[in-house]
Amino acid sequence: MINQDKIRNFCIVAHIDHGKSTLADRIIEQTGLLTEREMQEQVLDNMDIERERGITIKAQTVRTVYKAKDGEEYILNLIDTPGHVDFNYEVSRALAACDGAILVVDAAQGIEAQTLANVYLALDHDLDVFPVINKIDLPSAEPQRVKDEIEDVIGIEAQDAPLISAKNGIGIDEVLEAIVHKIPAPRGDVNAPLKALIFDSLYDSYRGVIIFCRLMDGKVRKGTRIHMCATGAEADVVEVGTFGAGQFIPGDELSAGMVGYITASIKNVRDTAVGDTVTDAANPCAEALPGYKKVQSMVYCGMYPADGAKYPDLRDALEKLQLNDASLNYEAETSIALGFGFRCGFLGLLHLEIIQERLEREYNLDLVTTAPGVIYHVWKTDGSMIELTNPSNLPDPSEIDYMEEPVVTAEIMVTTEFVGAIMGLCQERRGRHLGMDYIEETRVLLKYELPLNEIIYDFFDALKSRSRGYASFDYELKGYEKSELVKLDVLVNREEVDALSFIVHKESAYERGRKMCEKLKEEIPRHLFEIPIQAAVNGKVIARETVKAMRKDVLAKCYGGDITRKKKLLEKQKEGKKRMRQIGNVEIPQKAFMSVLKLDSE
Amino acid sequence: MKKDISIYIHIPFCVKKCAYCDFLSAPACDTTIEKYVDRLCEELRRYGEKYYDRRVITVFFGGGTPSLLSAAQITRIAETLKSSFDIDEQAEISIECNPGTVSYEKLTTYKHIGINRLSIGLQSANDNELRLLGRIHTYEQFLQTYNSAKDAGFDNINVDIMSALPGQTIESYLATLKAVVDLQPKHISAYSLIIEDGTPFGKIYADMSLDTDSDTQTHKAEDKTIVDAIEYPSLPDEDSERQMYYLTEKMLSEHGYHRYEISNYAYEEYECKHNLVYWTGGDYIGVGLGASSYVDGVRYKVTDNLDAYLKEQCVYGDGATANVGCAGFEYEDIMPLSVEDKMEEYMITGLRLMRGVSKSKWRSIFGNDMSVIYGDVIEKYERLGLLETVEEKKDVFVRLTRHGIDVSNTVMADFLLDKTDE
Repeated sequence: MINQDKIRNFCIVAHIDHGKSTLADRIIEQTGLLTEREMQEQVLDNMDIERERGITIKAQTVRTVYKAKDGEEYILNLIDTPGHVDFNYEVSRALAACDGAILVVDAAQGIEAQTLANVYLALDHDLDVFPVINKIDLPSAEPQRVKDEIEDVIGIEAQDAPLISAKNGIGIDEVLEAIVHKIPAPRGDVNAPLKALIFDSLYDSYRGVIIFCRLMDGKVRKGTRIHMCATGAEADVVEVGTFGAGQFIPGDELSAGMVGYITASIKNVRDTAVGDTVTDAANPCAEALPGYKKVQSMVYCGMYPADGAKYPDLRDALEKLQLNDASLNYEAETSIALGFGFRCGFLGLLHLEIIQERLEREYNLDLVTTAPGVIYHVWKTDGSMIELTNPSNLPDPSEIDYMEEPVVTAEIMVTTEFVGAIMGLCQERRGRHLGMDYIEETRVLLKYELPLNEIIYDFFDALKSRSRGYASFDYELKGYEKSELVKLDVLVNREEVDALSFIVHKESAYERGRKMCEKLKEEIPRHLFEIPIQAAVNGKVIARETVKAMRKDVLAKCYGGDITRKKKLLEKQKEGKKRMRQIGNVEIPQKAFMSVLKLDSE
Repeated sequence: MKKDISIYIHIPFCVKKCAYCDFLSAPACDTTIEKYVDRLCEELRRYGEKYYDRRVITVFFGGGTPSLLSAAQITRIAETLKSSFDIDEQAEISIECNPGTVSYEKLTTYKHIGINRLSIGLQSANDNELRLLGRIHTYEQFLQTYNSAKDAGFDNINVDIMSALPGQTIESYLATLKAVVDLQPKHISAYSLIIEDGTPFGKIYADMSLDTDSDTQTHKAEDKTIVDAIEYPSLPDEDSERQMYYLTEKMLSEHGYHRYEISNYAYEEYECKHNLVYWTGGDYIGVGLGASSYVDGVRYKVTDNLDAYLKEQCVYGDGATANVGCAGFEYEDIMPLSVEDKMEEYMITGLRLMRGVSKSKWRSIFGNDMSVIYGDVIEKYERLGLLETVEEKKDVFVRLTRHGIDVSNTVMADFLLDKTDE
């Protein structure tokens, strides 16, 4: 049996780019789990997309052994957490699996919005947090200022924070010692019934679902029949073990305080929901661990294969992705404009983009995506409520009593010179100002309530561009609020294009409609006839543009030597048409459906 | 009776490349040109052996600027031609010439070696427009060439003109038309300028596709006035361009020219026989750099690479031994056409003719009714008023309407068949 006193379960929290993954790599390297040569750039971010974007999407866990200065060997379980607001719930469950957290703060940049959000999340889970000041070798590093800031703003002791450079391996020893001394050992009851928290799971085609868990109490070994408290699933354990660097190391038993994995030939990650409690079916725990929530999609969009014939391929790909991603939802839908496809639900826009990218890259699919939207609550006059994810399904206005939209509380950290610009942006996005705190003389924390549908498209980009990249941002869902919402329809040559409809606030309808028409005018090629493009609300046209009829499309010359070349031109023209979607008599290029997603970029 | 064939001879040299030109042509030194003529003659002799059983009904010297060749060089080619082929007494033999490259003496040489049709590139009677096009001559120089040609005894002359030129106005275009019809050439080719990628104009007028917003056009043009340090004015707006286009047919028909192809006008009986071969699926041999041939349903194309073409030792490729029609040089691309290819090309080229595509001729070539293959497409565009089917001289023709000509690419693209092998 492993002595719990020699285990440290911890995570690293940081603002993006403050060096979380690099520090994790150094810890792994320094404790000898991998030699430097074996180290890939960042061991923990092992998906392509994660590497490219420099963010962690899926939590990774590593177990390593550290021989401390007191001569004892400690097992360090580093539970890496996703670094994006889309995955807040996953982060919270990963934190719940830890006993302490390292807070990494950039010595030059100081505290940022995500630093705060993540550290508060850690403190909420009663984790012991100790700070580490990273990038101290930068010329612009101001460790003392950052230490003071941490004490002032977060209120945790920071004067003895290790000053490190994860990149250059400076101060890593100090961090390791701090882990041993500042993070408490687990205090589980080995003899109590099994109680383990699922903080992640992974589908493996050979072993089925691999459950990543932290044992709070009890023990589990091969053959134990386990029961999932929330989903009710049961299975016999096939294997238990711990995590190496990017590999699974089978063991005999997991016991209270340990972090490890369980396989039990489970077929679907839906049965092993993150946050659920694993217990012993024969000797169940009295109550499940707190904090379990059913994952709920926040953002929806339609995904259609560019080539209609690829619909079954898209379905298979989504099925496979879902095996590994319980937060991905999809159901079949049909669009008049785009044919057969799926309405997909995501945790947020990043999650959407990741899934889209994986479908395109790993499954080689060409997709047409409709404008992402949130879930609206539509209260009908008969007192019933529909959760609306597809604008086309909005009931007739006469049947609608009122509508509600999701609202978030957002925290934006920005230097004082950009406060005006950022407040202006929040105002435009229908934000409600809640307050403003000075973090230090030149930096403030703005608090706003914002409708979720105003921030899912490009809020982050707008924020960055209006603050020259300095603003940082975090939010959490607050709830639903009544709102004056309308459905904006787009008519091309007087035919409604369902895939272009979206829900928008009454006040923004005209502006959005106008931009939409302008954008479509650019994207739709001239036809043999004039094409009116109209935006309408409740059947009333609010904006209009016209694609003029094609007047000249003729080859001036075509002699003997030109025939092959000119035929190729015509072939290209014909091919181009094939890539378009036919709405009535009008051919709309696929990219027109996507371009309307970027209405605010100009 | 011997089967007909036509011959195209490509001369890929010019004094200076025009700003709009996307043809295979460039200035070259005298030794290169001389070597080129050698190779041409060798190629002609090879073809002559292959097609001893054919009778040549038309010959066309095109370019580039064929008139850049010296009298001796053109004579050498003409003699090779005559000794290698059976040339019909009535054969139409044309040469393209550009003002500034032909003297009266050269013209008499042309006459002497049997050339009986001249195509002179004028493009515009406005010297400023000529300068912007990058032409090397003035209108006055054109007139000298034209008159010399008349003096040398040429009666069948074509004059090339262009509309939609940078800085051109309806008035200046009308002046060009007027100047040309006053000369009464037998044939006029009137092209609407196409901005081609990869030409200087392609750069200057990039993304200035026809748009009715003339404001934005001027603005864009101002942004790109860098090439050759010439101030490039904007292209005519869409309305003016269309007006020029319609005025061409109106004015030329008033002066006795009938439009027989999208861009070609002639007095009765003076249509260019050589070009008609292209548009009616006839057989032709193309010799010289980048030239295409189409014989017995197979297309050949000579390499575009001048060095490869001029190589000292030209190895004969497999085609030499195979029983196919090409001359068998390894620098030729052989592209056998499927029956679908042939049908597509027959329609695409045939629809360029104002008289349209003959249904009975179609039947005699393809052995089926045109409507079996194209019934739906024809019907679709008849409904849209872009095609019409007319009975004439006991035959039925499918042809573009006036409106159909304007957007003929859209119509023609629909005549491309969905290939089964894709």
